[in-house]
Amino acid sequence: MGFPFDIPVLGLIFQLVAYSVLVVTSNSTIILALATPIALGAMCGMMNERSGVVNIGIEGMMLASAFTGWYVASLVGQAVHADPSFFFGATPAIVIGVLAALLTGLLFSAVHAWLSISVRADQIISGTIINIVAFGVTGYLNILISKHSPETGGKFVPFAPPEALIDIPVVGWIFRMFLQQGPITMSVIVLAIVLQILLLRSRWGLRTRAVGEHPKAAETVGIDVIRLRYRNVILGGLFAGLAGAWFTLDYGNSFQPGMTNGRGFIALAALIFGRWHPIGAVAASLLFASALSLGTAIRTTPPIGDLGSILGSIPEQVFAALPYVVTIVVLAGVVGRSVPPAAVGRPYKRESTA
Amino acid sequence: MSEVEGLPELHVTAPALEMRGITKRYPGVLANDAISLHVRPGEIHALLGENGAGKTTLMNILYGLARPDEGEILLDGKAVHISGPSDAIARGISMVHQHFMLVPVLTVAENILLGDETMANPVFIDRGEANRLIRELGTRFGFEIDPEERVGRLSVGWQQRVEILKALYREARILVLDEPTAVLTPQETKEIFGVLRRLADEGHSIIFISHKLYEVLEIADRITVIRRGRVVGERKPADTNEDDLAALMVGRDVQLVVDRGESHPGEVALTVKDLAVKNDRGREVVHGLSFDVRAGEIFGIAGVAGNGQDELVEAIVGLRRPSGGQILLEGHDVTTMGTREVHQLGLSFVPADRHRFGLVLSFPLTDNLVLTDYFAKPYARGLVRDDRAARERTVEAIEQYDVRTPSPDVTAGTLSGGNQQKLVVAREFDRDLRLLVLDQPTRGLDVGSVEFIHRQAIGKRNAGTAVLLVSAELDEVLELSDRIGVMYRGELVAVVDGRSADREDVGLLMATGGRKGAPPVTAASA
Amino acid sequence: MIASLRKQVLLPAGAVVLALLVGAVALVASSPLVKGYVDLFLPLATYVALVQGSLLSINGLVDTIVNATPLILVGLAVGLGFKAGLFNIGGQGQFLMGAVASAAAGAALSQSSPVIAIPLALLAGMAAGALYGFIPGFLKAFTGAHEVVTTIMLNYVAIYVVAYLITGPLRQAGASFAVSPDVGAARLPAILNVGTGHVGHVGILIPLLVVPAMWWLLYRSTIGFEIRTVGANPDAALYAGMRPRRLVVLALTLGGVLAGLAGAVEILGVSGNMPAAYSTNIGFDAITVALLGRANPVGIVFGGLLLGAMRAGAPLMETVADVPRQMVDVLQGIILFFLAADVVVRRVFRIRAAGVGVDELQTVTRSYGGQTTPP
Repeated sequence: MGFPFDIPVLGLIFQLVAYSVLVVTSNSTIILALATPIALGAMCGMMNERSGVVNIGIEGMMLASAFTGWYVASLVGQAVHADPSFFFGATPAIVIGVLAALLTGLLFSAVHAWLSISVRADQIISGTIINIVAFGVTGYLNILISKHSPETGGKFVPFAPPEALIDIPVVGWIFRMFLQQGPITMSVIVLAIVLQILLLRSRWGLRTRAVGEHPKAAETVGIDVIRLRYRNVILGGLFAGLAGAWFTLDYGNSFQPGMTNGRGFIALAALIFGRWHPIGAVAASLLFASALSLGTAIRTTPPIGDLGSILGSIPEQVFAALPYVVTIVVLAGVVGRSVPPAAVGRPYKRESTA
Repeated sequence: MSEVEGLPELHVTAPALEMRGITKRYPGVLANDAISLHVRPGEIHALLGENGAGKTTLMNILYGLARPDEGEILLDGKAVHISGPSDAIARGISMVHQHFMLVPVLTVAENILLGDETMANPVFIDRGEANRLIRELGTRFGFEIDPEERVGRLSVGWQQRVEILKALYREARILVLDEPTAVLTPQETKEIFGVLRRLADEGHSIIFISHKLYEVLEIADRITVIRRGRVVGERKPADTNEDDLAALMVGRDVQLVVDRGESHPGEVALTVKDLAVKNDRGREVVHGLSFDVRAGEIFGIAGVAGNGQDELVEAIVGLRRPSGGQILLEGHDVTTMGTREVHQLGLSFVPADRHRFGLVLSFPLTDNLVLTDYFAKPYARGLVRDDRAARERTVEAIEQYDVRTPSPDVTAGTLSGGNQQKLVVAREFDRDLRLLVLDQPTRGLDVGSVEFIHRQAIGKRNAGTAVLLVSAELDEVLELSDRIGVMYRGELVAVVDGRSADREDVGLLMATGGRKGAPPVTAASA
Repeated sequence: MIASLRKQVLLPAGAVVLALLVGAVALVASSPLVKGYVDLFLPLATYVALVQGSLLSINGLVDTIVNATPLILVGLAVGLGFKAGLFNIGGQGQFLMGAVASAAAGAALSQSSPVIAIPLALLAGMAAGALYGFIPGFLKAFTGAHEVVTTIMLNYVAIYVVAYLITGPLRQAGASFAVSPDVGAARLPAILNVGTGHVGHVGILIPLLVVPAMWWLLYRSTIGFEIRTVGANPDAALYAGMRPRRLVVLALTLGGVLAGLAGAVEILGVSGNMPAAYSTNIGFDAITVALLGRANPVGIVFGGLLLGAMRAGAPLMETVADVPRQMVDVLQGIILFFLAADVVVRRVFRIRAAGVGVDELQTVTRSYGGQTTPP
């Protein structure tokens, strides 16, 4: 295999392709894990935008949920001592922490729903307010709580698939990718498939799509546009809450201010790239997650030869900034071609006064 | 079941629908004033009135979109209270709105099912069963429809059939149609009338809202005329005619057709040669188009909406670059010029959508009046604006063009539709004009404003301006134009003299382009 | 005119008052964490400390004005965006790029004469900010990529650019942590020296020039008319012969210039150098300022002073009342909430005003659908 690698530019391309395959297969597990908050955020975004509401506050919702999940787990963990159970190492602390995170997502979504639907404020400003409030409150509370050096509430333990499965040549890594994960990551694929089917085949899905495209038409056949939007926006908060729980109860077990690091916005790009379909959004999330993990991948499995020296000399900040740059490039390239729900972002005024 | 003259037998049974003494007040307006009407089973009942007379309010009340302040509604003799559209639908009342309430990206089946879905289980829709029912309904009323087709791909006439199917799927007994023929060609109108007749024969009651006198006379069994929120007359078609109805509708002897007098065309002002224009999706929607407009004449372009008129107008005024051909304004080649340059050369434009291209609703009238000239003297010197000059000009214009407003500083959004249009007209008409382009200039306006604008246009023509009129309202084109061009699929298929033009012939040209056996074209399929 | 003036002043003022009330509740609720017991008087102590630390002392006043300067500048950048129908959340990134550019220029010119160094360093900051505003502007105008997401992404990128530069080429040799060299001659001289270490640098005079200039630009010039028209109705702007694309790019680039200038002023006036881990909240702060001022230059001055005061009083609040300075972030969020939910403000204070919400800003979401801006 050495010969093709030695031809000048072409050789570099061969190296790059071979290396990419290596990176993807050996890091696929971490890529799927990193894609989790982005995919869940995209699903939250989908619930909102398919109904006609823009939600850029997903980042704030995630952050706030991550914080409450962690803090509640910490509190419960101090009060109730239990051994990690068989089910992903769950303890009452962790489970209640997840519930708290979900609740936080619901709460913040309710605020966004109220501002966007009833007050009819500008939806992007409403989302921004959620972000600012979330950053401010979590930062404030975190400082206060850190003074007391709280104990962590613990985190989920990833499932350990049988060795025999992982060691299968050529495709073994696929099993590892999907099975050697915490519960939240594992649920992402399932949730995406379920949502996709519901969106396209169920009554809820039909009504949601209609409201997002032409709310007036929906109203004239008797659909309560306002109530549907409220319900979807608030339920969307569950996904953002679950994403927040992933940060502090599945992937890690501590909270840092601002730890979501823009995932909530990348989720929006994933949604657009995935054409507002759950499965498309998950696929897009994998792409962004690959960009996220590239920096560490290059350090843990460095490429050899010329490619290695080239990639090794790139400053680490470039890799850190890569996912954000990729997001910009994706948006610039895709937005014009990807058509959102027609009525997205426009506040709706009920016709009927009856 | 039907007797001669289309009137059902006189029964002693209660009418299918009766609205008694309906009164509805909105802030500052008495929309409905003790309106009473009744409709028998199997009857086509026309509700006639001009824009703003209160017909839509009345039907919104019937459909549960509004609640009456006084009065009651009786179905089959029993008083009912309709709480909302789903309640109305449950009671067998269905409405086909003037602007279709269809979701373009969804299929026919999905649109029909929406809100009243046929379920296979509590969660999932039963598409197979739904498709079967829809096909059946279609055949029963004389047309074949594919339930899996995307509504956005259908022609306007077919979209209307989908709307009617929506009502029938819900087993509507009373069908309300709001201005159903507004976007149809004369041929499609005939076809829809056929469908309505069959529905009436089967016992459905139909309420047909319109402001088109000849259509109402053609299709209705009985006519109720509404003016300013009150019932001013009830007629049977046999006992009345267009003049009588018009007088009732407007309340005075109305000159149905403004006498435009003779035209004295002069030099050629606008030349369009072999023009080709692409639409937003890159498809060529205007090809090989050529025509002239002379000073002192009104050239009207008739055609079903969607045959390239929008793109043609945009190309002429500078909003869109043609992909081929030439446009000459008094000899200058303006093909690739932008709006500002063409405007400077003496072209004025009254757009179809005044809220989009005509006005900035949140700006005061003063800013709106100088929207196209704000950068030039006297309204600005270099970068610095002169607000006083703009204000003076606005005060003059308000006076001259009868714009009803408390002050020139209010925002344009506070004006009524008619006054907004008059403001646009004031801006565009009151300058040294070579060519005036009017695009649907009177859409949605009350009769008074329509008359005013038509007179202004004729006045301009008499003063020697070349006028290009584009309108989907065939009557407007026939009334105003000295010469008429018919657009069909992006080409000018005929140019006829305004005086001798025959309504039927022009309608046929609009629909078929003059080719025998050509598929009738309508909006979305163009 | 009078009615809208009432709306312009009363609604933001009412929002602030309500926010303080809600903030008081939040303070009491969190007092167990702050003090260890429920302290009903914590809000009082907090607010008193804030006022004391910002307005009731010379130090505080100087700090307030020094803080307000960049807030006003970036607030103007955000407000300009709003007027054009755009949401410029990139203030943080544009500020950082302006800061690092001026730090670099200052370091390079630190030995030359202030007459050359200062203007050049300021210009470097403005140029960097302009470039960083141009990018999202260009993308929005020519690809339809919505500026909300692109500017936020660029904010993150800016952090890494700064980190790379200051830990690498721009690093001060021999310093114990990664920081840029001192700007030396490019330092903005003090004009308000009260001798206690709280210094008012000459940069605080910049808003006195910029604010009237912006006001004139928006309301008296043809360019401002074009910008406002594009924001209010891009189709009408197109018909009027304006060029929406150019105006979008102009609004964001000019915003970048302002934010970059703010960054330069902070480095050259306050710190004299820039650490690699420089962190700032100015992006969000500026949004609050712009919304408080309802995108109007004069209102933005007041908004900037208010937020500047809150940031100035925060350290004293921390020492005296034990309340972490992040409380200001919380208060800010609550103020924003009431600005958006102005129905509440109106009902409580019985202000009658037609229209819904922050209506000049209703248009920002309109372009989310990703249509490319017409040329």
